[in-house]
Amino acid sequence: MSEKFTLDGQEILFRAGQTIIQAAQDAGAWIPHLCYHPEFKPHGSCKLCTVTVNGRHMASCTTQAAAGQVVESNTEALNGERRTLLQMLFVEGNHFCPSCEKSGDCKLQATAYELGMMTPHFDHFYPSRPVDASHPEVLLDFNRCILCSLCVRASRDVDGKCVFALSGRGIGTRLVVNAASGRLVDTDVAMDDKALSVCPVGVILKKRRGFAVPIGERTYDQAPISEVKE
Amino acid sequence: MSYHLETAEHPETLRRVAIDPVSRVEGHGKVTLLLDEANKVQQVRLHIVEFRGFEKFIQGRPYWEVPVMVQRLCGICPVSHHLAAAKAMDAIVGAKRLTPTAEKVRRLMHYGQILQSHALHFFHLCSPDLLFGFGSDVGQRNIVGVAARHPETARRGVLIRKFGQEAIRITAGKRIHGTGAIPGGVNKSLSVEERDFLLKDAYQIVAWCRDAVRLARELHETDPALYNSFGIFRSHFMSLIGANGALDLYDGKLRARDDQGAIYFDDVAQSDYEKYIQEEVKPWSYMKFPYFRTLGNEHGWYKVGPLARVQNCDSMPTPLADAERREFIDYAGGSPMHAALGYHWARMIEMLHAAETIKDLLHDPDLLGSELMASGERGFEGFGMIEAPRGTLIHHYRVDENDLVSMCNLIVSTTHNNQAMNEAIRHVARRYLHGREITEGLLNHIEVAIRAFDPCLSCATHALGKMPLVVELRDAGGELVHQLSRNA
Repeated sequence: MSEKFTLDGQEILFRAGQTIIQAAQDAGAWIPHLCYHPEFKPHGSCKLCTVTVNGRHMASCTTQAAAGQVVESNTEALNGERRTLLQMLFVEGNHFCPSCEKSGDCKLQATAYELGMMTPHFDHFYPSRPVDASHPEVLLDFNRCILCSLCVRASRDVDGKCVFALSGRGIGTRLVVNAASGRLVDTDVAMDDKALSVCPVGVILKKRRGFAVPIGERTYDQAPISEVKE
Repeated sequence: MSYHLETAEHPETLRRVAIDPVSRVEGHGKVTLLLDEANKVQQVRLHIVEFRGFEKFIQGRPYWEVPVMVQRLCGICPVSHHLAAAKAMDAIVGAKRLTPTAEKVRRLMHYGQILQSHALHFFHLCSPDLLFGFGSDVGQRNIVGVAARHPETARRGVLIRKFGQEAIRITAGKRIHGTGAIPGGVNKSLSVEERDFLLKDAYQIVAWCRDAVRLARELHETDPALYNSFGIFRSHFMSLIGANGALDLYDGKLRARDDQGAIYFDDVAQSDYEKYIQEEVKPWSYMKFPYFRTLGNEHGWYKVGPLARVQNCDSMPTPLADAERREFIDYAGGSPMHAALGYHWARMIEMLHAAETIKDLLHDPDLLGSELMASGERGFEGFGMIEAPRGTLIHHYRVDENDLVSMCNLIVSTTHNNQAMNEAIRHVARRYLHGREITEGLLNHIEVAIRAFDPCLSCATHALGKMPLVVELRDAGGELVHQLSRNA
């Protein structure tokens, strides 16, 4: 590992084949992201990890690192665009942090805090998204889905199933489960499936465990998301 | 009799004066008075004008989310809703009996809540009226004015409240809207450091609370003609009662007394509340009017809260507060005190009781225990009752086989007092406003009567409000004659 690029002026070493965000994470640098997860193939959909590479906007989760790149991430302009993306995510779903059991462990909430999002700014959509409580041990609260597809990728690529999928197009895109009834209880999901543990927000929840971790001991009570190792 | 002045016969011929919204209370409400040409009061109503919604939108949510969600009803007494909901959900997870640690941590949280809420109400919201006079200069009739003229009183009020909030923070994680109680128990106990942090100030807080009781008593003794009669009306009263008839603000069974102090019903299980209490809807308020079924809506209304609790119990389980309770009972002279301002004195006795209880709990090693959760056979219906700062709070839920809430009924403290508050302001209107030119100071008498009950209109209607005040006086033709305004 001898080749390097600069990220916000800091030299970052990388291995051949690494993306910018992978190299940055290895170096302990944080680039905001939601749909990226180091264990899964990049999806490039949330656009929160967008950086400028030699002046051009690129998704750092899908852009290969290259020697001599000048990458900028933590700039007021980029963070402003990220706040706008976050605001749109918040209003497209029903994100009621005050009563959400994922509060304090939620990447969407933690990223919004870290990037200084103070208000939703846009009008709320208030979509109607009934929960799926059919499974005896797992609750699906679609109100909070940000369409990151991590559960889709985990079920397909790790569990070897297709319990979850994104259906529809554009603003009509939604998370569905692979059963004729549309209910999780009728899928082949198992409690040790990877797909049940990768949701960055509060959609896929193991039942009857909410709020068991006291305030002060939750993931992002300890440190801001920019300092929490993934 | 109880509906005298509720509805005038020909309202279209009368002048309307509105206090909109009522200030220095939690939530959004207004008072309307209809006056005839001679300024004689013909109709008085306390309207709660905000829409209630929690009972509806909690439906379809997972039951373990409820204690955290419903506490958002209120910013002053969220712990009461948090604990009432958690108690109801204990039945859903089959926890018939909590671990000693869980129960005591919850009690510490609750008595911290009683302490901070009572301090907030007495010192921040009401002491300006009580120390300066109901019709005094509106410019100083606020907590800033109290801090300037009575700095030590104001300082103690702030610090007593802070201590209560620290007890909440340590048990629930935050001073407001924490997460400590979960179905079947709590999510944390106290560390030695947390226990000692509270303990170092506990004795000082008890002493200050005792002084506050004396201050409230002195107000009565200094001006008994005012304090023993302002807003007076007789009614039944109700509260939870603990073991052996002792006051217990966390748990117990329902007891009611009639206006003479005779027990009307007693030892009623929380799950039987619907057999005794019915709610009536009136078209001019979003707040319902509860009453005892057996007496009907005309005669069955009642009071809850400190004035009811202090006189409903047979004793208080802490010595200083019990001594003050006995003096209160003696002062009333053998029959229950019904004067609205008696609420303040009773409230300070309860604040002292809360401080003593917290001090005692902090010496209990169970607070430091590690057994936090209990469980048992899954249930589908839960009742959670607690004595909130403002009175008996009832949470009732049903949960379906998929763990989602299918029914929610909330009867909050202020709702119980709805008719009582209306009666109090009618009494005050008759006595102070009848036939006189309306001034801001006179209108404040109406608000003083409402504040005595420490109403939480947000809780009662399940919404939040803002507090600026505009009073408009219009003539019979609707023309604006005079306007007074006050910012929050």
